[in-house]
Formats: sequence, C-alpha cells, structure tokens
Amino acid sequence: MTTGDLSTLLVWGAATAFTIALIAYSVDLARIADRSQKRVPQAALVGGRPATAVAGSEAQSAPGRSVRAEGIARSTTLLGLVLLFAGIVLRGIAAGRWPTANMYEFTLVGVFVAVLVLTIVQRRRVIAFVGVVVMGISVLALVLALNAFYIQADQVQPALQSYWLILHVGVAITATGIFTVAFATSVLQVLRSFREEALASVDAPAVTVGSAAPPRSDRFRRWVGGPRFGWLEQVPGSRELEALSFRLNAVAFVLWTLTLIGGAIWAEHAWGRYWGWDPKEVGTFVAWVVYAAYLHARTTRGWNGRRASYFVFVGYGVVLANFTVVNIVVPGKHSYGGV
Amino acid sequence: MSVHRPEGLSDVFMEPTEAPAAPPTLPTLGLVGWLRWAWRQLTSMRVALLLLMLLAAAAVPGTVWPQRAQDTTAVAEYLTDHPTTGPWLDRLGFFDVYSSVWFSAIYLLLFVSLVGCILPRTKVHLAGVRGRPPRAPRRFARFPAQGSGRADAPPAQVADDAVAVLRGGWRWLPFVPTYRVDTRDEGDGTVAVSAERGYLRETGNLVFHLALVGLLVSVATGQVLHYRGQAIVVQGRGFANAQVDYDTFEQGTAFTPSSLVPFTLRLDEFESRFDPVTLQSRDFTAHVTLTNPGEEPVEETIKVNHPLDAGGAKVYLQGNGYAPDITVRDASGEVAFSGPTPFLPQDEVYTSRGVVKVPDVSGDQEQIGLVGYLLPTVDVRETAFGPAYASVNPQPDDPALVLAVWEGNLGLDTGVPQNVYELDEARMTQLMEDDDKPVTLVVKPGETVDLPDGRGTLTFNDLPRYVALDLRHDPALPFVLVFALLAFAGLSTSLFAPRRRLWLRLAPEDGRTVVTAAGLARGDDVGLQPELDRVLAQTLARTTDRPPVAPRDPTSGEATP
Repeated sequence: MTTGDLSTLLVWGAATAFTIALIAYSVDLARIADRSQKRVPQAALVGGRPATAVAGSEAQSAPGRSVRAEGIARSTTLLGLVLLFAGIVLRGIAAGRWPTANMYEFTLVGVFVAVLVLTIVQRRRVIAFVGVVVMGISVLALVLALNAFYIQADQVQPALQSYWLILHVGVAITATGIFTVAFATSVLQVLRSFREEALASVDAPAVTVGSAAPPRSDRFRRWVGGPRFGWLEQVPGSRELEALSFRLNAVAFVLWTLTLIGGAIWAEHAWGRYWGWDPKEVGTFVAWVVYAAYLHARTTRGWNGRRASYFVFVGYGVVLANFTVVNIVVPGKHSYGGV
Repeated sequence: MSVHRPEGLSDVFMEPTEAPAAPPTLPTLGLVGWLRWAWRQLTSMRVALLLLMLLAAAAVPGTVWPQRAQDTTAVAEYLTDHPTTGPWLDRLGFFDVYSSVWFSAIYLLLFVSLVGCILPRTKVHLAGVRGRPPRAPRRFARFPAQGSGRADAPPAQVADDAVAVLRGGWRWLPFVPTYRVDTRDEGDGTVAVSAERGYLRETGNLVFHLALVGLLVSVATGQVLHYRGQAIVVQGRGFANAQVDYDTFEQGTAFTPSSLVPFTLRLDEFESRFDPVTLQSRDFTAHVTLTNPGEEPVEETIKVNHPLDAGGAKVYLQGNGYAPDITVRDASGEVAFSGPTPFLPQDEVYTSRGVVKVPDVSGDQEQIGLVGYLLPTVDVRETAFGPAYASVNPQPDDPALVLAVWEGNLGLDTGVPQNVYELDEARMTQLMEDDDKPVTLVVKPGETVDLPDGRGTLTFNDLPRYVALDLRHDPALPFVLVFALLAFAGLSTSLFAPRRRLWLRLAPEDGRTVVTAAGLARGDDVGLQPELDRVLAQTLARTTDRPPVAPRDPTSGEATP
C-alpha cells in the first residue's frame, strides 16, 4: 500500500467518524425536540418573555438533551479530525508538496477547518443544530471529494510551484471553513429569531390581530413558534447567535480579503497581471462584496438582525458556487489538475 | 451639537443621547433642497447597501458570457452561434462587462457614495479624537453593561483611583493608556468619570474606506500609464524592447514611448521537464542574457512564477514551443527560405501546428506554403488510410515534421495584415499525389526531401525552442499594493479593535461613596461587562488598599438589585 492509498483510507475513516457524529448530533437534536414537544405549554411560557429568552439562555441550558449522544458526537468528531489530519499530512507526503493544489485536497482541508472551528465553538456548550448542519455539509463534501474530485497524489505544474500555494489557497480554504460554521449559526439565528417573535406575539396578541390578513411570513412565524420547533429553546438567544455569527463572519471576511490580495500578488507573479476578471476572481470578488454588504447591513437601521443574516445566506451560496460551479463548468485560469 | 451622520447608519456612538429635536417640518424644496436631498440619499447607508448588491450582481454576467478582454475568439464564436441575441448582448456591453457603462456607473456611484459618507465621518472622528470623552449620561439604567459598589473613601479620591485604573496601560503594550479619561464635577460633591477607548476602530474603518479610494485611483493610473507587449523569441536569438519588436503591443492612453527602456534580451537556452508517466509539465526555465543600455550583459533566468525585472518592467514566461529551422530551395536550387518558424503547441504532448510561407521563389515560379505539424517524439501507426503520425512525448526525442504543400499566391502583398500561423488558402491550391491523396512530406532533422515534381527541396536543419515572453510595465504597481495592504490593515482594526465607553458616577453618602457604572460598546462586545467589572473591582480594591479611613465592606461591585 502506498502512502497515497493510506491517506485515502484515512479520509474514508474520517468520513465514517463524521457520519457517526452526524447521527449522534441528530439523535441529540431529536431528543431535545421530542422533550420540548411534550412540554409545550411550559416552553411557551418560558419563551413568552423575550427578556428571559434573550438574557437567560444559560438558565434553560439542558431541557432533555442526550448526554450520551453528545458524548458520542464529541468523541467521534475528535477522532474524525485526527484521522482527517493524518490523511491530509500523508497526502502531502505522497505528493511531495503542500496538499492544497486541487479540488480534492481543497475539500479535505476545508472540511478539516470547518470541523475544527465547530469543535472550538462547541467546546463549552454543544449546539446540536449547528453540529448537524456542519457535519452534514462535511460528510457530503468528503464523500463527494472521494468519489468525484479524487485524483492521484502528484506534483504540480510550474504555475502552481510557489509558496503562494500555501498562503493564498490555505487562507481561502480556512475562510471557507469558517464561513460554513457561520452560515450554520446564521440559519439557527433566523429560526430562533422567528420563534422568539412568534412567542412574544402570543403574549401580546393585539399586535397580530391588528393586521387583517396574516401574511405568509406570519404563517412561517407561527410554524416555527409551534411545538415542532420546541428544540429551539435549547439554543442560545438570537442576539447571542447573531453575535457569534458576526464574529465568525468577520474573521472569515478578513481572511477572504487576504485571499483576494494574496491572489492578486500571485497572479502578478505568475500571469503578469494582478487582476484580470478571471471567473474565479469574479466569484471571489462577488462573495467579498456580498459579505461587505452584510457588514454594512448590520449597522443599517431596519436591516440589522435577521435581515442582515440573509446576506450571509447569499454570500455563502456564492462561496460554494465559486468553489464548485466555477471550477467545474466555467473555463478559466484557475482550472488546474483536472477537477 | 449636531454632527453629520449618514442617513440610516445605526451606530450607538452617533445616536443622539437625549430626546430628539423638534419634529421635522416640511419646507418646500428648492433646487438646492432637491440636490441636498439627492446627496443625502446617495450617501445613505441603504443606497450604499443597494449599490453593493448591484455591484455583486453586475459582476456575474462576466463569467456567464465570454469576455473580449480575455478571449476574443470565444466572443466571435458566440456571435456567429447566436445571430439574433448576440448583437443585442454586444450592444448592451455583455462582452465587455467590466468596462461597460452600467458596471462603471455602479462602482463610480458606489465610490461617490463612499466618499460622501467617509469624509464627513473623518471630520467628526478627528474632532472626537481631539475632544473630551462624552459626558456621563444622567441615567445608567438603559445601558447594556452596568455595575455598582461602595467605597469608603470620598468621591474625589475614588475618582483619582478610577482614573489611575482606566489609564493603566495595555497588558501587552506598556506605557500606552487604554482609556482616555475625563472627570467632571457634577455638583453636590458628585464626580463623574468618563472614559473612552478604541478610537482605532473608527480610524481603521476610515482608513479602510479611504484606502479603497486610493486603490481605485492607483489602478486607474496604472491603466493609463501601462504598456504590455508580447514577443516570441527563438533560442539563440534576441529582441529589443521597442514597439516594433513586439508581436502584439498594447498601451495606456498616457503612455509615452520614452518609458520603453531599450534593453535587449537573448534566449540562450530553454529547459523543460515533464513527468515521465503523466507527461504533465513540471518545470520550465528560460536562460537569457539581458543587456541594459550602457551596461555589461548579464545572464538571468525566467521561470513561470519568477518574472525577470528589466528596464522597469517585468518579463514573464508565458509559453514555449518548438521552432523548426527549415531551408527551402526552389526549382533553380536557390535558397527561397531559411530560418526557424515557431509552431504552436496544441496539446500536452506538444503536437505543434505551424505554417511556413515561402514567398521569395526565384523567377516566375509559384509561391509555396507548407502547413502541418511538428511531432516532438513521433509515433507512426499504419491504418487503412495510410500511415498516421502522432506525438507521444513532449520532449524532442525523435522529432518529425509532417507537412502538406500548397502553391499559388500567398497573398502577402495584398496589404491585408495576415496571421502568421494561418495560410490564406484563397489563391493557393494543395498539391496532390497521382492517386488524389494530398502530398505529405515527413522530414526528420538533418534530412532533405524533394518537393513534388521538381519544385525544389526542403531541409530540416535543426529544432531550436522558442519562448513566448510577456512584458508588462505598470508604474502604479507599488501604490496598488500599498493601498491594498492599508485596506487590509484598516479592515482588521475596524473589525477587531473594541470601542468602549465607560462611565462611573461617584456620589457621596454619609462620608462614603456610592459608585454606579455603565458601559457602552459599538457593535456586539462580549468583553464589555467583564471589562466594566474589572475596572470597578480594581478601583474599589485600590481604595481599600490605602490606609483605611474605616475598614469595612471588602471589595467588588455587587450586582444591582
């Protein structure tokens, strides 16, 4: 067995570990949902006061979570991280270079960063939903990488022989990983914010009765406010989640800026121009602008809070499309090493 | 005091702290009023947001449709494939998205909005940096961080302690006070301490935005002053940095020929390395001799990621290939053509296509055109239609030229510029064998073959390599880099430096002091409450550490009831 094969085996092992972690997180989430569904009136009462829902999230930290499932999730996540790290290192040894040269390696390292950030975010308190989203994306990405993006470990063509392969690509991957966790947090924040609103309007029904026909968003609000989403009581308040998502997005945005600048410097060295509107450059630029809009929306009256996080959804969509569609479908200067 | 504030900016540090002014009256808007209204709209946060999203959306078509700047032939192909929609898309600028009117309009408006927003903010910020920290608000109840405690010392003394604590330097950067502090006597023996830190946050924000303007200006300057040329240089030959020596040359509007430093460059040798199994390229190195005007020649190398600096410009290695050196003699034995002709590689194994034009035949013979392929390592396979030639390795292990022969008028003197890599077949006919198969010449280095029917001979002398060099001069490059890095530094500071205001009110009560405190931060700041608690605890601890007036009540601020 060659080093490259061993690396592939380790990555499969990591994918398996992450799948178990995904199942464990889902069990945890289901358990929480189940319990909170049984205690609907109580939950509604607690959430009925937005003040306690926002500030007192510590108090309601564990209604019916499964300690065993969380333990399994935590340990398999760590095991998967170790396996994946070993797989990446061996991949680098097999190829005799830094392992960030093609889509396969990019995916491996991106998943590694995302799960690492997840572990750091969850070190004090497990948020099962974020675990489910990030693990779901990670497992999907790993399996896709192993089946569709995989290419033999090999040296790279002259255009890629530069230390910028480590800096530019490494930073881009890290940013993508952090954006992933931030995206999951934002999804949770939006759900939670809808629920808080719905429960608050139960307390003060006059507000909703005032408008004649309930609009569609209202129906969604009522749905999220219903017992089906009782598990949302377990997660931190929407303001807290917004702050967490912002912090992650801010770090990733700074790294994304560094990706742009580093890419421009490398392009100046390799292609003789720092900016040429290559499809990949355009995608990176568009994602940058969308996340910049997100940062502005946060400080714009009427756009902060939930509405700002819609920019995160768009931005993350662009980041993913920039990685997949642009690499595979659109011909450009960034198409290296097959896929 | 009324300060300028961009419309719609939600910022706790700029919100009026007291009740809003009188309800807005609606005067009739004159022209000036309308202009002012338009300006306020343009510089508002909502419009900035809208423009940002528009910019993101407008950049997308550039990846959907082929762009002239990158691939002219793809655009031409698209136009022939879509005869109805193509011209319309062309008229609307979809093939030159990034220089189109609408794209430029969006980013120019965005920058106008940015400047209109940032300059007034800079003024406000400068005033804030010079001024005193804002006065302590009357009531602390509505602030996100609060604390309270009691001290045994009189208010003035506690105020001194608080100032000392707040001025204490950064843990990792001594001698720099963390907070700017101001104390005010509020009467009745009450002292208020105001402190503010994190001016760097706003500074970073402003630096970032101004650096973006600088970046745009630098890029534009570079566009105006730059020049760029491409030249193909065959091994053993050279070129001079003059406009006529380039195959293609492109220049900015303010370019002057004097910015071309007349150095010469000679290609001595070209090395290439390929993976023996996958045949993928691994390394290209061009060994050149550079002669700057009035200087001794120096030997240099150019690699793909290592351009050569020459005469204020950068020389990039953009391509390479083979230029077979051929001699063609005509029917009368005269040399009609001799020299290397670059062939363009078509694939990974360097199957290279090229055209040799032989116009200078003696007498009234027909001109000759040779079209075909160079195969660096030839592999011959017999098929039903005759032998098939293919290259199996990019290295010149067993090179062969496989050529078809045309005769007639090359059309070189028609005055229409010709592509050197294409044969204009309009006035030429291909030579055929007796059995109506095209004539195919197969030549290896050192060999001489006869052209059909005594038209002359062809000798394949040698197989030198050539490099495609790309030369670029952009005097604005350092400025682009500096502004980009400034923007990065500003961005990082504005996102990660915390901006906080702390207030302590020290009120006398029976010879002791009641301390109440409040804190405000820009944006979400998890560290605000801990910071307030720390300042409060340290202040009270200092007071009790002194020779005590009446040693009671130990430390720390208890939570408000």
